[in-house]
Amino acid sequence: MRLETRKLLDKAFSGLGLISIAVMAIALLLILTPIVWRGSKAFIFKGTIEHRRVMLELFDRGNPEKFNQESADAAAARAPVYQMMEAFEAEMKAMDRKKRKEYKAPFREVENALEELLGPMPGQRTPVLLRQRYGQTRWDRALVKLHETLYSEEWDYSNADAMGVLVEKPRVDFFTGTELEPLFQYLEDYLPEMMQPKTTFYYQFITDKSKDSHIFGGIWPEVLGTIYLTIGAMIFAIPMGVIAAIYLCEYAKEGRIISFIRICISTLAGVPSIVFGLFGLAFFLNTIQVSDSKSVLAGSLTLSLLILPTIIRSSEEAILAVPRAYKEASLGLGASRWHTVLTVILPAAMPGILTGIVISMGRAAGETAPIIFTAAVSVGAPLKIWETLSQPTPALPWNIYNLCTEHEAVDEIRHVQYGMVFTLVAIVLLLNLAAILMRARISKKLRG
Amino acid sequence: MSEEITMKKIDTFAEHGDGNQPHETHLSIRDFSLFYGDFEAVRKVNMDIPKKMVTAMIGPSGCGKSTLLRSINRMNDLIPSTSAAGEINFEGHNIYARNIDVVTLRARVGMVFQKPNVFPKSIFDNVAYGPRLQGMRNKQELSEIVEQSLRQAAIWDEVKDRLQANALGMSGGQQQRLCIARALAIKPEILLMDEPTSALDPKATALIEDLIGELRQNYTIVIVTHNMQQAARVSDLTAFMYEGVLVEFGKTKQLFTNPANPQTENYITGRFG
Repeated sequence: MRLETRKLLDKAFSGLGLISIAVMAIALLLILTPIVWRGSKAFIFKGTIEHRRVMLELFDRGNPEKFNQESADAAAARAPVYQMMEAFEAEMKAMDRKKRKEYKAPFREVENALEELLGPMPGQRTPVLLRQRYGQTRWDRALVKLHETLYSEEWDYSNADAMGVLVEKPRVDFFTGTELEPLFQYLEDYLPEMMQPKTTFYYQFITDKSKDSHIFGGIWPEVLGTIYLTIGAMIFAIPMGVIAAIYLCEYAKEGRIISFIRICISTLAGVPSIVFGLFGLAFFLNTIQVSDSKSVLAGSLTLSLLILPTIIRSSEEAILAVPRAYKEASLGLGASRWHTVLTVILPAAMPGILTGIVISMGRAAGETAPIIFTAAVSVGAPLKIWETLSQPTPALPWNIYNLCTEHEAVDEIRHVQYGMVFTLVAIVLLLNLAAILMRARISKKLRG
Repeated sequence: MSEEITMKKIDTFAEHGDGNQPHETHLSIRDFSLFYGDFEAVRKVNMDIPKKMVTAMIGPSGCGKSTLLRSINRMNDLIPSTSAAGEINFEGHNIYARNIDVVTLRARVGMVFQKPNVFPKSIFDNVAYGPRLQGMRNKQELSEIVEQSLRQAAIWDEVKDRLQANALGMSGGQQQRLCIARALAIKPEILLMDEPTSALDPKATALIEDLIGELRQNYTIVIVTHNMQQAARVSDLTAFMYEGVLVEFGKTKQLFTNPANPQTENYITGRFG
C-alpha cells in the first residue's frame, strides 16, 4: 500500500471514530436533557395556594399564619366569582322552564371546571375523594384548567367530506347578556390573585408518601422499594457471583464441565428479563413459596439471578487480570490457596469486581420485567425493613410504566412520571459515580 | 586457547569458593524428571545440593534450569498438566511424596522470582505477609522480624522511614531486595533465586550479589542465572544444564577453568547459548 493511501485511511478512520463519539454524545444529550428538564419540574415549579393547602393539611408542613393570610387574600379574590354564580343561579330561577333547561347543562360544565380549578365551592360538603378537595396545586395545570373553563370543545362535522374538526368555543358567547357574562373575563384577569402562584422548591417530593395515587405528594414508597430491591439483589448476587468467579478461576480444573458452565453463564446473561420474571414467579413464589404474596424478597432473588452472570463474568475477568506474579509470590511464601485469594488476589481484583457490581446494580435498580410478577405493586406504603420479607412494594421502574399506562388521570400527574424517571436516572448515575470514585481510590492505593 | 578465553571472561570467583571440607547435603535430587504434558523439560537429574553454600545453575534458555529450581518448592504445581517423576529429598523426605504438605514445604523453601513481585501493599505489610501467615499477630514481634529481615536484605536504611508507603513506589532494585526480605521473614532453610537480577541495572545487581555473599552464612541458596560471570562471582558450586540434562556439576572454579565436558566448555566460552 502506498504511504499516501495509508495516511488517508488512517485519517478516515480517526474521523469515523470522532463522528461516532459525537453521535453518541448527541444521543445522550437528547435523552438526558428532557429527562432532567421535565424531571426537575417535579421539584421546582410554580405552586399555587392549593399546593400550600395540601402541604399544610396532608403533610403538616408550612407556616399556618402565613398560609391563613394568603388564603384570605385568595378567598377575597375568589368571592366575586361565587357571587356572580349565585346571581346567575337566581337569574336562572326567574327564567321560564325552557330557557332554564337550556342554560342548566352548560352552567354545570362551568361549575365543574371551576371546582377542578379552585377546589370545592364554599359551603359544599367535603368530597369523599381527596383529589376533589383541592384545586390545582401547580400553576401550569391551573392555566390548563382555566382554558377548559373559558372554552368548550365541540366537534364540527359541517364538511361532510372531511373528518370532524375539534373547535374551541368561548363559553362567554353562550352566557352573553346574563349575570355570568363578566365571570369569564374576571377569571382571566384575576387568576394569579385567586391562585397566588409562587416558585416552590418541593425537594420533599422524594421523601413524601403519595396521597390519592400520586395526585398529591411524592414518591418515597417507590424510591424506598427500588432501594430495597437493589440492595436485596446485591446481598444475594455479590457473594454468589464473586465466589463462583473465584472458584472458576482459581480452583476449577479446566475441562468440559467448566467450559459447559461458562457457556451456560454467557447464555444466562442473554436471557430476556421477562423470562427471569416468569421464572421468579414460578419458582420463588409458586414452588418454594418464599412468601405468600409478591414480596421484596422474591423480587430481590429474581433480580439477583438476572445480574448474577454479569457479576460472575466481570469478577472472573478482574481476577484473571491480576498478575500471576502476585499469586506466585504469595504461594511461594507458604500461603494456602484460599489465603492467597483473600489477601492478594481479591484486593488486586477489587476495582474490576466493583465495576461489574455497580453496572449490575444500575441494571437491578432499573429492571421492570422481573419485578412485575414477583415484587411490584402500583400503590403502597413505604415498607419497614422486616416487611420486605413478606410484602410487595411499589418501585420506580414499575410505577413509571404504571403511571403512564394505567393511571386514571394520566394528564394530571405527568410531572410525577417525569420526576420518577429523573430520580431513577439520578440514582443510577449516583451509583456509577460512587463506583468510579471508589475504583479510583482503590486503584490509587494499589498503584502506590 | 579455550582456557585463555574463559579466564578473560571470568575474572572474579567467589572468594569463599575453595570449600575443601565436606559439606552436609541439604537437598538430594534423584532421577528427577519433570514433564509439561508429554514434553520432558527436566531429564533424570541427579544432584546433591550442600547446606549453607551457594549453588548456581547455568545453561542456555529453555534448558530446564528454572523448571528444576521451581520443582524444589513445587511451584510447577501451579502450571496445569505438569507431572514429576523421581525424587527430591529434603532432609530425608521426598517432597513429591503424597503426604507432603506443599504449604509447609514452601514456608521452609523460600523463593525470589525473576521479576520483583512485591504486593501492592505497604512495605511493612509485604515483609510481614509471611509471618502473619504463620499466625504471628503480635505487633512488637512483627515489627522486630520486619526490621531484622529488611536489615538482612540490606535495605533497612533506605526504607526505615517509609515502612507504610506502598511498595510499588520503590525502584526495581529496592523492590527485589524487598522480595528477598519478604522471603527471609518466614525464616526459610533454603532460598531459591530465579534469575533475581535479570530485570535490574548493574548497580542494583551488585548490591544483590553482595547480599547473596552474606546470606550464604545462614542459608542454602540455589540461584539460576543467565549471567555466567555472576555465577562465577557468587557461587560455590555450579551446575550446567543443557536440554533438560544436567551436563556437569562441580565446584565453580573448576567448572569454569577446567570443564570436564566439551559441551560445558563450548557454552562457557560462548560458542553457543
